[in-house]
Amino acid sequence: MSAADNAATILSSGVRLSVPLALAACGEYVAERAGAMNISVEAMMLGAAFTSVAAASATGSATIGLLVGLATGMLVAMIHGNLAHRAEVNPFVVGLVLNVLVLGLTSYLITTSTFAPHQVAQLSVPGLREIPVIGQPLFVERWPAYLLVLIVPLTWWLVERSRWGLELRAVGEYPQAADLTGIRVNRRRRQALLWCGALAGLGGAYLAVAEVGSFNQNMTAGRGYIVIAAVIFGGWRLGRTLLGCALFGLADAMRLALPALGVTLNSEFLIAAPYLLALLAMLLFTTQHREPRALAQPFERGSV
Amino acid sequence: MRLPSLPIAPALVRQPGATHGWRVAGATVASVAIALALSAGLIAWTGDSPIASARAIYDGSVASQDAWTTTLLYVAPLLLVAVGSCISSSAGVFNIGQEGQVMIGALTGAWVGLRLAISGPVLLVLVALAAAVGGAMWAGLCALMHRTRGVNVVVSTLLMTFIAAQVVSYAVNTSWFLQESRMNGGLVSSESNQLPSAARLGSFGHYPDLRINGGLIIALVAAAVVALLLARSRWGFRLRLRGLNPRVAQHAGVRVVALGAIALMISGAFAGLAGMVLLTTPVGTNRLQPNISGNIGWDGLLVALVARQRPVVAIPVALLFGALRSGGGFLAATGVPPYLVDVVKSLLVLAFVLPGVLVTMLDRRTRAASSTRSVTSRAVVTNEVVA
Repeated sequence: MSAADNAATILSSGVRLSVPLALAACGEYVAERAGAMNISVEAMMLGAAFTSVAAASATGSATIGLLVGLATGMLVAMIHGNLAHRAEVNPFVVGLVLNVLVLGLTSYLITTSTFAPHQVAQLSVPGLREIPVIGQPLFVERWPAYLLVLIVPLTWWLVERSRWGLELRAVGEYPQAADLTGIRVNRRRRQALLWCGALAGLGGAYLAVAEVGSFNQNMTAGRGYIVIAAVIFGGWRLGRTLLGCALFGLADAMRLALPALGVTLNSEFLIAAPYLLALLAMLLFTTQHREPRALAQPFERGSV
Repeated sequence: MRLPSLPIAPALVRQPGATHGWRVAGATVASVAIALALSAGLIAWTGDSPIASARAIYDGSVASQDAWTTTLLYVAPLLLVAVGSCISSSAGVFNIGQEGQVMIGALTGAWVGLRLAISGPVLLVLVALAAAVGGAMWAGLCALMHRTRGVNVVVSTLLMTFIAAQVVSYAVNTSWFLQESRMNGGLVSSESNQLPSAARLGSFGHYPDLRINGGLIIALVAAAVVALLLARSRWGFRLRLRGLNPRVAQHAGVRVVALGAIALMISGAFAGLAGMVLLTTPVGTNRLQPNISGNIGWDGLLVALVARQRPVVAIPVALLFGALRSGGGFLAATGVPPYLVDVVKSLLVLAFVLPGVLVTMLDRRTRAASSTRSVTSRAVVTNEVVA
């Protein structure tokens, strides 16, 4: 194989691994801008991956599976939102518990049941797919991947340009002030979480019914945490977050492809790369790289 | 003249009603029943017998002296992690990186245990010290990043956990580091050599099968000492003050930044000690393995959260978690996937945490409603006087 072929192989596997990260990251980005740091994004993705396969197997339609996955993500988000931003249980406790619960539940159910494999259709863009090297990797995808073209600008517009997004950012920066102007802080955070759940669910379902076609135990294998690392790496800006997803997807692809190409690169280093890069970004760019001020701080009315 | 009010933590001001405790207790009983009913429903739904599963968990955890021995082996590291977590949470520093600190503690402990050619109990002490220092340093890195570059501790401890997992994996896959030494060109696995017997924690017991491991004694002593320190010492008071309101603590002369860093590092040290217990007791194979922690760090954190930062309360909670762990091993024999234990565990955590929060929330709502009413009635009176 020529170098160009190798590059195309790694690139296309990198793109495929990046898509679920990017989908979920669009959601986690919104949640974190509202100050709701939810580590249950892993639970959302894993739960959605499972239910999407189950629904696809039951109905015979992978598209329905995708939708059920999206709904599952929202269900987990609703549980998380009500526990953490209504009942005011510590959000990390809620996230940890949900991650253990969903991992246990899906592992339990997958060993007691079997599902027929289903996969959504592939869609290639005529013309563009002929471009050498990058044509195949970028323009021959399972169709849900192209949803990113809609979701990314929509997420940006929602957060940066809509009134809802302005209030959302206020809630993430200074919830007490937002509360005084009449914004329902915890309700806004729950709404942000629902958006996060829908997209993380879509990302998990994409992994299951678009890329792989089936579910296996602990399928997401910590991808939710990589998504969180991507948002941190991106300095809570959407563009850089997506860049992080692309980088981390590529690192994953290289880890899988390099041994076959005869290149020895430390696989532990590549697995740790997302977390190292996220930490480095926080250490190096402290001035422009700032988390929402109220990130991970529960809001309780009347407290100081 | 009105004095500007100092921001005082709501926890100091809030006086829960007299019935609060009873209502929480009642709600907890109900929610635990719901959690167990949900778990039973899940087992029945997949066509297995809930009663047989409960029986298996019971048999595997507390039914015999042998089962107790296994359970107590798990309790020790869980309790150690939880006690450390109580310290950092009391100081208002939220450490969620125990899983990584456990692994690094096991790594440094294994390194000392395998590299130092000492025999006798000195080696064991050195292994424990190395593990505690390793965990403390790993947490200390997060404190340092917070101090110098303002990196959020929650974020950094979370990220460092995943890095720690890869560091351990690298260590046991690298021949010059800690990988098992090659025997005549045979295959080597991803684990370290077995620790010498001098570096293992012994067990004792007079009963036929019940053996108490030294790790449990360490954990219980740690819980008692930390509980005393937090409740009675001046240092513990400063720590709690910092946790309730750092600004008030600062005004009172507490060195807030340094104290927070110390609390985080002590928490890491306890997690590192838990790693040493996992490494040196019969709970594992006395080798450093990539999955040596086996989620003990995450579980220990949950123990502390259920116990609400009270080390003494953490003891029974750790016992419950340990029993679920050892009982899970017995489940496989009945054909029920052992993952069930994770479901039961997480539902139980919710069942223990939720009632207190819900009752407080309802209390606050009723109080808010009644205070609004009194404000309106006062307003009416004033208007009448003016009129």
